[in-house]
Amino acid sequence: MRGDARSMRVLAPRTPAEASRALAADPRALALAGGTDVMVSWNMGLLNGRTVVDLSRLPWRRVRETKAGLELGALCTHADLRRHPDVRARFPLLAEACATVGAAQIQNRGTLGGNLANASPAGDTFPPLAAYEAIVRCVGPTGRREVPLAAFFTGVKRTLLAPGELIESVLLPAPPRPWTRSLFRKVGTRAAQAISKTVFAGLLRVEKGAVADVRLAFGSLAPTVRRLKAAEEFLRGRRLDAEAAARAADLLGLDVSPIDDVRSTREYRLAASRGLLIRFLKGD
Amino acid sequence: MAAMASVGTSALRREGPEKLTGRALYLDDLDVPGAWHGVTVRAGVPRGRIKSVSFDPSFPWKECVVVTAKDIPGKNVVTLIEPDQPLLADGEVRHREEPILLIAHPDRAKAYEARSRVTVEYEPLPPVLSLEDSLSVKEKIFKDDNVFKSFLIEKGDLKGGFALADFVVEGEYRVPHQEQAYIENNAMAAWEKDGVLTVTGSLQCPYYVVKALKVLLGRDESKVRVIQTVTGGGFGGKEEYPSMIAGHAALLALKAKRPVKIVYDRHEDMAATTKRHPAVVRHRTGLTKDGRLVAQDVDVVMDGGAYATLSAVVLSRGTLHATGPYECPNVRVRARAVATNTPPNGAFRGFGAPQTLFAAELHWERISRALGLDALTLRRRNLYREGSVTATGQVLRESIGASECLDLVVKRSDYEKKRKDYDLWNADPAKPTWRGIGLSVCHHGAGFTGSGEVYLASRAAVALTRDGRILVLAASTEIGQGTNTIFAQMAADALGVPSDWVEVETPDTHKVPDSGPTVASRTTMVVGGLVRRAALELKAALDAEGGRVPKTRADLKKSAAALCGREPLRRFEVRYEKPPEIVWDEGTYRGDAYGVYSYAAFAADLEIDRATGEVRVRKATTAQDIGRAVNPRLAEGQIIGGCAQGLGWALLEEPVYKDGVMANAQLTNYVIPTSLDAPPFDVTIVERPYSRGPFGAKGVGELPMDVPAPAVAAAVRHATGRLIATIPQTPERILAALAGPEDA
Repeated sequence: MRGDARSMRVLAPRTPAEASRALAADPRALALAGGTDVMVSWNMGLLNGRTVVDLSRLPWRRVRETKAGLELGALCTHADLRRHPDVRARFPLLAEACATVGAAQIQNRGTLGGNLANASPAGDTFPPLAAYEAIVRCVGPTGRREVPLAAFFTGVKRTLLAPGELIESVLLPAPPRPWTRSLFRKVGTRAAQAISKTVFAGLLRVEKGAVADVRLAFGSLAPTVRRLKAAEEFLRGRRLDAEAAARAADLLGLDVSPIDDVRSTREYRLAASRGLLIRFLKGD
Repeated sequence: MAAMASVGTSALRREGPEKLTGRALYLDDLDVPGAWHGVTVRAGVPRGRIKSVSFDPSFPWKECVVVTAKDIPGKNVVTLIEPDQPLLADGEVRHREEPILLIAHPDRAKAYEARSRVTVEYEPLPPVLSLEDSLSVKEKIFKDDNVFKSFLIEKGDLKGGFALADFVVEGEYRVPHQEQAYIENNAMAAWEKDGVLTVTGSLQCPYYVVKALKVLLGRDESKVRVIQTVTGGGFGGKEEYPSMIAGHAALLALKAKRPVKIVYDRHEDMAATTKRHPAVVRHRTGLTKDGRLVAQDVDVVMDGGAYATLSAVVLSRGTLHATGPYECPNVRVRARAVATNTPPNGAFRGFGAPQTLFAAELHWERISRALGLDALTLRRRNLYREGSVTATGQVLRESIGASECLDLVVKRSDYEKKRKDYDLWNADPAKPTWRGIGLSVCHHGAGFTGSGEVYLASRAAVALTRDGRILVLAASTEIGQGTNTIFAQMAADALGVPSDWVEVETPDTHKVPDSGPTVASRTTMVVGGLVRRAALELKAALDAEGGRVPKTRADLKKSAAALCGREPLRRFEVRYEKPPEIVWDEGTYRGDAYGVYSYAAFAADLEIDRATGEVRVRKATTAQDIGRAVNPRLAEGQIIGGCAQGLGWALLEEPVYKDGVMANAQLTNYVIPTSLDAPPFDVTIVERPYSRGPFGAKGVGELPMDVPAPAVAAAVRHATGRLIATIPQTPERILAALAGPEDA
């Protein structure tokens, strides 16, 4: 362990405003929610000499019903969400995703907001959030704003959070009608405690034999989570059969661009994702 | 009446509760008073000449101690087999993780900071990064041919054998590095007191460290003391590298004139320390049309890395196991270990045998295809039995459980029915998975190869103290496999006392004799045999003194007082004696390569997701002939643990090398199995007793590592119709193979 606690300054703000001010005042300061990503950098000694702003006193660990849907506080842990009855009943793909993040210890510490702010291309909660068209509520020195998840990530490990700006909560809008079918599927490097090679969330509503609404999202296939806009567009209004599923899957490459890395290959990620997509669309 | 026998019962692991509750402390957890923290500056280039070393003048160097090769009082060498590996590079650098200099600082974080303030400049030299590049000898990095060691085994008339063959089947097989991934990283502390340099830490072989320190420091063995701390696993990974770290800690401690502790973090441990040797194995096999072997020609190449280290002996074991447990009248095995500019490879559970056995076993799949006979029938026709003659001319006389293991596994896994059922399943396009079941049978020589045990001349002792304590004194280390428990069981039964009367001394070279290294599946069979003999000597002395073995603790105290007289203890030490029937010629590689072999069969029953290629092992069935199981529960633990490690190698683990360094040297991306990846196990222990083993015991530690990989590859072939001749059999490789044609 190369982290040197004595070289670090830890601030524990009592209010969101204090936290924002502390972070805005020091561009190298680091916000700490669950700390699961922070500990990796700490181990490598990368945080020596830095200021850490501990967010644990902020009142952001609750799930709340609003007119628009379900609002999840940014400090809710993955364990909170995988257990929460409303999340499980109404947004089951998110609950399932939370249950696949890291190990139990990581799920107990890691938070929804921290996961979003860290912006890993492989974030397991992001495909469900993208499919549910989540809205990220941010608060900072210049006030509050709401950002659609699709716009929140700007690149690998990058978001549009401004200096001093924090994620306060995530809003999951209630769907107008129930989904016909939904699927979360993570392909990790092993059966548990794994980082995703590809991770999928799909929602489908069929009305009168044709696709009324379809939302398909993949993680680990691009710098940020991606909705398959071309495939969704192709499917909308169409009768779902094996041919339509295969043709939609052929459009995968228009919205994702996976790479070779130490965990997998571009070729595999495309082939496995295509297979999952066809399986979901065919309802096997 | 004598105490109830302990051997054959599942006595609980002695250190189990301490480890389970976290009270057992590794060196990193131990406070070594006044210790500074040592760190290692490593090369960072795969090959080059050191031009200059500079120290950032803005750093307060006077707070540190810095050690270079010039500070070495004796020879700058890690003593093992060949004296080629320096402790600190001096001049030429041969791999990226090679130590250049050492820094100690009172503060751990500052020590790391100091390391980042050292700049080493090199004149780069072209590196040899792969086994193929080494064989091509474009660059000479070791003698004229880059070959550390070669072996040749010949039996019968190879050419004549091929002339008799109805079929000749060829195949090439490759296996990668593997990381031991023990739970505790390497760690050592050193200090000098009253002229004695003491080193303590995580290790398998205390006397290897003593021998290395003696040469490094140029001092008498009595002035060097090595003590094992609680060790979090070894798997071969703490056989040789601890000598390097112990030397580093010793040099820093001597210069700093205070204790110094070096604890590797996971990244450094994975990047710098030894791995399993990667290998390429080629088979050319002649058979009659009814499936009898008539000729086996095997060529083995292993990547040794930058220094010779243990490559010669790893290669030897690989060579001696290269034919698999099958009798063939005409055999040639050629084997080479070559040099590359990568961190040296070394010992890992199985020690060369899993590499060559993977090839030998998976080759039956190719043979099966060529002959139109199933791999089970082929194996049964050729398997070792009593009277079989091995490639080295060894006649197998006793304790040969190969067929029994195979029959048990075939029955218990329902192999023959599943072969048929899965063919139907796989032919149905509506099924979401493919299913397959595959077999393997392996042998594993117990103890050191050839004359190894004779050269080692290991010793062990049993002592009785005047106050009635019975102590086992041996250098064999407890590294999670149960040494302490089984030594106590064997000594107790030899004495005829309850096993909880027996204490096992922690390996400390000032207290225990040199029992040889804790390797080669030799602890139970070889050192256990010494412990038993020493205990029998104590028993004879007790008999002579009191006419009987004590029945109560009070009895024992009385006998002890009488036996010891004025001495604090009486010690009974014995030395290894070679059984007279074992004959080995090191020059020709002919004769009894091992005193005895253990045998194992394995069936991998697995399922592959058709969309993603993910593999789930549904069940692992294994039967293993290990002679008498001294402690069945611990033996079963070794079997399940070793097979799980073998399944990791078969399916998940793949060190990715880029520019001569491991690119995934963290546990995040070097993927070992979790409990959810481990299948349900069906384990049968077959006990064919070995007359020379204590209580009939043979070796068990390494054997379980040999069997899973070839069985998994055979099962993947059954499921997909594709033979993938390498591991790990990742979803990536499986989908890529499926994109290609079915096996011809």
